[in-house]
Amino acid sequence: MTTEYVREDADPPLDYPPYRSTALRHPKEPLVYLPHTVTEITGPQLGPARVRGELDSDLTRQHEGEPIGERMTVTGRVLDTEGRPLRGTLVEIWQANSAGRYRHRSDRWPAPLDPNFSGAGRAVTDDDGRYSFTTIKPGPYPWGNHHNAWRPAHIHFSLMGQAFAQRLVTQMYFPGDPLFPFDPIFNSVRDPKARERMIAAFTMDGTQPNWATGYEFDICLRGPEATPFEEAH
Amino acid sequence: MSFHTTPSQTVGPFLSIGLPWPEGEFAVPPDSPGAIRIAMTVSDGAGEPVPDAMIETWQADPEPSETSGFRGFARSGFEAGDGNYEVVTLKPGAVPMPDGRMQAPHVDVSVFARGMLNRCVTRIYFADEDEANASDPVLASVPADRRETLLAQPTDDGYRFDIRLQGPGETVFFAI
Ligand SMILES: [Fe+3]
Repeated sequence: MTTEYVREDADPPLDYPPYRSTALRHPKEPLVYLPHTVTEITGPQLGPARVRGELDSDLTRQHEGEPIGERMTVTGRVLDTEGRPLRGTLVEIWQANSAGRYRHRSDRWPAPLDPNFSGAGRAVTDDDGRYSFTTIKPGPYPWGNHHNAWRPAHIHFSLMGQAFAQRLVTQMYFPGDPLFPFDPIFNSVRDPKARERMIAAFTMDGTQPNWATGYEFDICLRGPEATPFEEAH
Repeated sequence: MSFHTTPSQTVGPFLSIGLPWPEGEFAVPPDSPGAIRIAMTVSDGAGEPVPDAMIETWQADPEPSETSGFRGFARSGFEAGDGNYEVVTLKPGAVPMPDGRMQAPHVDVSVFARGMLNRCVTRIYFADEDEANASDPVLASVPADRRETLLAQPTDDGYRFDIRLQGPGETVFFAI
């Protein structure tokens, strides 16, 4: 017996023509099955070392003044497919400001930059696997994929997990976004139930009176499952 | 399995806002004994350099039984603009397969970029490890005419490992 991580097919295909930039950036040869050896079932344990303090997880306090927009908390648990909390795992986020503009030299669309918003955050999950950020709600923004293309509002999430096999980069969306039907990146996830797992939930419990609205976004990474290594795949 | 995974999405073009680490590409300080540079180019299906990728590497310690404090992890890239990437690390030691057979020294690699809805995973093996490579079970599972794409070639101060996402000489990527 050995440890293998769950292999799921909820992930989008690498070749997805509606998202035009995939055309030259996906392998055409079949992927080769990689057994999960010690290299894949271990991973860098760098969470706490990467977070420098609570300002890293409060994106509204990283500058002299306050950023413009809807202040909100985004919290959730990082779990594996067995429902076990993943403790001490690094969560890195980046996002546009409330006008949908990124602080990045190649984001040039005519929406205002916010001098009080950088849009980057880091946190480490606690013993329950919970992380928490305070930030402002990002706006939707146009992009060049096709005529009149707009991205639904989203926050980019990067999670290290505890093993190389658990590494995940995803995007968190907001409930009821009218742009969902038109966005090829969101719809590249073919299973509607899997798409729902990328949408945060508004929670009244998560709101703070006279301060911030609240969203809950749980993230599930592949979990280990015991399989005999001889098993046919 | 009682829960289902959150799907992957692309890092998009603006990953350099959130992901750079000050010492990211240095798994060890460059003046460490045994430090090697692994220079990489990422190119696309048109043979053009991919300037906005991120490369992450993860590997065993040189002596896997040691607890050396070696980080084993490096993150390189973002927006140098020329499609060149580099990590500074130590050559990994040999680690076993789950069944006890030994693997050749290798480094696991994740490639992320705009236009990639999920990471692509490959492995760096070392061209000067002929004997170990010849008996590596993972290399043996790769079609013989494509194994070459997984071999880092020795240079003056380390190795070169070029990554071709698509087209002639396409790098072998793994289903993980
Ligand atoms: Fe974005």
